[in-house]
Amino acid sequence: MDNSIVLLALTFGIYYVASIIRKKTGVIVLNPILITIAVMICVLKIADISFDTYNEGGKYIEFWLKPAIVALGVPLYKHLDSIKKHFIPIFLSQLAGCLAGIISVIAIADVMGATDEVIISLAPKSVTTPIAIEISSTLGGIQSLTAAVVVCVGILGAVIGYRTMSLIKLNDDISKGLAMGTASHAVGTAASMEVNPIHGVYATLGLIINGILTSFLTPIILRIMGYIS
Amino acid sequence: MILQCLIIFACLAVGEVVVMLTGIKFPSSIIGMILLCTLLKTGVVKYEKIKGMANFLISNMGFFFIPPGIALMLYFDIIKAQFWPIFVSALLSTIIVIAVTGWVYQLTNRKRNG
Repeated sequence: MDNSIVLLALTFGIYYVASIIRKKTGVIVLNPILITIAVMICVLKIADISFDTYNEGGKYIEFWLKPAIVALGVPLYKHLDSIKKHFIPIFLSQLAGCLAGIISVIAIADVMGATDEVIISLAPKSVTTPIAIEISSTLGGIQSLTAAVVVCVGILGAVIGYRTMSLIKLNDDISKGLAMGTASHAVGTAASMEVNPIHGVYATLGLIINGILTSFLTPIILRIMGYIS
Repeated sequence: MILQCLIIFACLAVGEVVVMLTGIKFPSSIIGMILLCTLLKTGVVKYEKIKGMANFLISNMGFFFIPPGIALMLYFDIIKAQFWPIFVSALLSTIIVIAVTGWVYQLTNRKRNG
C-alpha cells in the first residue's frame, strides 16, 4: 500500500469537509486550513507516521504554492489603475504597519522573557517564509523557529483577521486587504481572496511591499533596540 | 491548458534565474508575479489566455499551505521551550499590524480625498 496516496486523499477529504462546515455555519474562525492541519497532525501522531512520510505526497500539494503566487500577478494587473491612484496612502500604511509589527513583536516577546535569539527569530514574523528566514538567519535567529512562527502567524491572521477588523471598524475594502496581506502574508492573502477578490488584490500588494520593507527595516530596528550590534 | 502552464512556469523560471544570478534574497515567486503583471500590462500576454489557470491557482491557494502547516509538528519542541512569549507576542503583534495598517490607510486616504 502506498501510504502517501492514502494521506493525500485524507488531506483532500478533511479540507473538503471542513470547507462545507464553514460554509454551512458561516463561522470564519472555522478556517479549513487550520482544521485540516490540526486534524492531520493528530492523525499522523496517533498513527505514528513521520512528517517525512506524509511529505512524500504532501510535497505535490506544496509544489503549487509558487505557481499560485505567480498567478497573483493577474488580479494585480487588473487593479493597477486603482493601485496607482491610491499609492501614497498605500505606501504610508505599509510603512506604519511594518514598523508596528516589528517593534511590537520585539517589545512584547522581551517583556514576556524571550531570549535574544528567539526575539530575533520572531522579528520578521509577518512576511512570507523565504524572506523571513533570510532575515532571521543573517541576523542570528533560529531559522526553523522563524519558519514555524511565520506559518502560525499566517494561520492566526487568516483565522482572527476578519473578526479583528470588524471589531476595530475597518470598513474600507482596500484597507482590509492591505491589513490582511501585511499582517499575515500569503495565508492572509488566500483568506482574503476567499472573502472578496478586491481584498485579495490589496493583500497581495501588502505581501509584496511589507516583504521588501521588512527586509530593510528589521536589521535597523534590532540594532537601535540593542539586540544586535 | 499547456499554454497557461507555460506562461506561469516561464515567469517562475525567470524568477528562479534572477535569484540565482543576482544572489538577491527575494522569493522567485514574487519576481515571477511582478513579471506576469508586466507581461499583461504590456500586452505580451492576453488576460483571456491566462485567466482560467490563474483563477484555479488563486482560488485554491490556501489549500497549498497545508503541508507546510503540518510541518509545524516538527517544531513542537522549539516552540514548547518558550511557548507563551512566542504565542502572545505573535498574536498581539498580528492584531496590532492589522489595526495600524488599516487605520493609517483609512486616515491618509480620507485626508487626501476630504
